[in-house]
Amino acid sequence: MLEINNLHVKLEDEDKVILRGVDLKIGAGEVHAIMGPNGSGKSTLSYVLSGRDGYEVTEGSATLEGQELLEMEPEERAAAGLFLAFQYPVEIPGVGNMTFLRTALNAQRKTRGEEELSAGDFLKLVRAKAKTLKIDAEMLKRPVNVGFSGGEKKRNEILQMAMLEPKMCILDETDSGLDVDAMKLVADGVNALRDAGRSFLVITHYQRLLDHIKPDVVHIMAAGRIIKSGGPELALEVENNGYADLLAEVAQ
Amino acid sequence: MNLPKAKQDALTARLAGLSFDARGWLGAARSEALARLGAMGLPGKRDEYWRYTDPTSLTTPEPPPAAAFDAGDETPVFDGIDRVKLVFTDGVFDADASDDLTLAGVEIERLAEAGGADIHWAQGLYGVLEARGQNPVQRPLAALASAFATDGVLIRVTGRAAKPVSLIYRHVSETSDAILHHCVKLEPGAELTLLENGPAAARFTKVLEVEVGTGARFHHIRAQGRDHARRAATHVFARIGAGALFKSFTLTANGRLTRNDAVLELVGDDAVAHVAGASMGDGDFHHDDTVFITHEGERCESRQVFKKVLKNGAVGVFQGKILVKPGAQKTDGYQISQSLLLDGDSQFLAKPELEIYADDVKCSHGSTSGAIDDTALYYLRSRGVPLRQAQSLLVLAFLAEAIGEIEDEAIAEDIRSRLEGWLHRHAH
Ligand SMILES: Nc1ncnc2c1ncn2[C@@H]1O[C@H](COP(=O)(O)OP(=O)(O)OP(=O)(O)O)[C@@H](O)[C@H]1O
Ligand SMILES: [Mg+2]
Repeated sequence: MLEINNLHVKLEDEDKVILRGVDLKIGAGEVHAIMGPNGSGKSTLSYVLSGRDGYEVTEGSATLEGQELLEMEPEERAAAGLFLAFQYPVEIPGVGNMTFLRTALNAQRKTRGEEELSAGDFLKLVRAKAKTLKIDAEMLKRPVNVGFSGGEKKRNEILQMAMLEPKMCILDETDSGLDVDAMKLVADGVNALRDAGRSFLVITHYQRLLDHIKPDVVHIMAAGRIIKSGGPELALEVENNGYADLLAEVAQ
Repeated sequence: MNLPKAKQDALTARLAGLSFDARGWLGAARSEALARLGAMGLPGKRDEYWRYTDPTSLTTPEPPPAAAFDAGDETPVFDGIDRVKLVFTDGVFDADASDDLTLAGVEIERLAEAGGADIHWAQGLYGVLEARGQNPVQRPLAALASAFATDGVLIRVTGRAAKPVSLIYRHVSETSDAILHHCVKLEPGAELTLLENGPAAARFTKVLEVEVGTGARFHHIRAQGRDHARRAATHVFARIGAGALFKSFTLTANGRLTRNDAVLELVGDDAVAHVAGASMGDGDFHHDDTVFITHEGERCESRQVFKKVLKNGAVGVFQGKILVKPGAQKTDGYQISQSLLLDGDSQFLAKPELEIYADDVKCSHGSTSGAIDDTALYYLRSRGVPLRQAQSLLVLAFLAEAIGEIEDEAIAEDIRSRLEGWLHRHAH
């Protein structure tokens, strides 16, 4: 599904290197998790994959189902099936949540040569999905993320994901800021989408989310590189011992 | 008091081609307006409220030629709204294109027909609000319109108008120089929506005076047309009585030079005045909103919401003042003027002013100028919204607060679709 090879990234405006040779391969239907200390480059990786400005790829490649991702515009990546649930969802005053969702969904369908969804069908779909995520109608009417609590913003990200049905979902710390029940809701939302043709990359600091969303592979990122990969037990190790041992191991 | 020679010469030249109609009650009002104009002279570049906008092309004897614009790719604005239409082509009333002027609860007359009578209800209004509005800021082009308007409508509303009155201004001649003056009087408790649309002429000088009686409600929505070369100086003067509501929204797309003055007086207690504008210019575009709101009554509310979208060297001007007179306690005044600059060439000049002589008031004002938010743009695109569409969404979001001042949802939707059309046509 997603294949990243030797990805090096620096900031466009500064001589600051953030990613130093990331290799990652996620097969169709797999769930991978990335953990790693603050500032290790996890969000940067997700931004570079989704096409945010300000980063310069100096080396390496990333492909989604064989398509070169890094050459595409952000909207093309989305239409190709990539989705990033943001660590910090963006507030857009003046743009209604519903308008936003519908515009996005129909734009993607159009790009893929599918028919646009009618207003009625869209409404039905969004209501059903919002209900399972316990997002009330009032929230859907408000401008995108404006005045949403931290947890509401995260649930709104998952609602967008559920509506857009992407193939490759990257979740950047979707669990931070969620209460225990909301985390369960979000995990259920993600699990409901799990499918042989859909893959997940879950960035998190906490093992707890991974109790709900069982990963196939866990990666540890440090200083812009994946320093270790393993099974779910790796997350437990981090939870119990922190990163010191892992970092020391690599330094040797 | 004599004018400096240059000012006197300019005025004489401007008035040379205009004919003065001294008949009836209107003749008396015109004479007074002419005297006011004679004392002021025409606006000049050095006048305080013309520093950001060069009035020259609004004051020359002939207007600079302006080709009429065929907006045939779009259905005319307000088309789907049931209304009583009055059509003026290059400032001349077109009876054939207009509706029958009967509407329950509303008297509609044409100035050109009613002006010759000896007495008329409009005597207490015509030129009266304009004269009051000359102080402390002079508005000579308004006095010119009072003195020389060739036509206009006089509307007296005694009840709740069943449908809007719609003034449609068509522009055909390349050299037309239209001067119109309208008066609207809402008796206590009356209600009217007035629509105006179209460019009117190569050059358009206009006054609208509105008396909003106790508890009356007046809605004004105007779309100034898509002509690129037109020039216009328009003025709204309103007196708003106790518990009354005045709401005015203007959409301006294109136009080489547009100056819209609004002079609103909240004279009764608990009155409300909202004035809003959304304007979009690409290239040779200069748009000036000049607003003066006076709070006299207690517990009155005023809102000014002006948003401008500018690109390719377009210029936006906002001069907005709130004057709170002694005794106007519990005044709630709000003013926001913002521009969205779509490139580095465009310019926004804002002059917000507050003058407050009461101690228990709440007044806020703000002015900003900025570009499209890159982070929001990326967020939208990351969800699959193509660049241009994402930009349009954000521009519409920027304008939303101004459009939100239109109460009628069907009209607001119509205005929104004009904005979308413009954005679509002017995408990079
Ligand atoms: N636009 C930027 N300008 C300056 N520094 C940046 C920028 N983007 C990222 N960085 C820096 O790059 C490093 C990696 O940041 P990134 O946000 O990717 O870390 P992270 O692994 O997601 O951390 P966290 O766990 O705290 O979310 C940090 O040192 C950060 O300050
Ligand atoms: Mg991060």
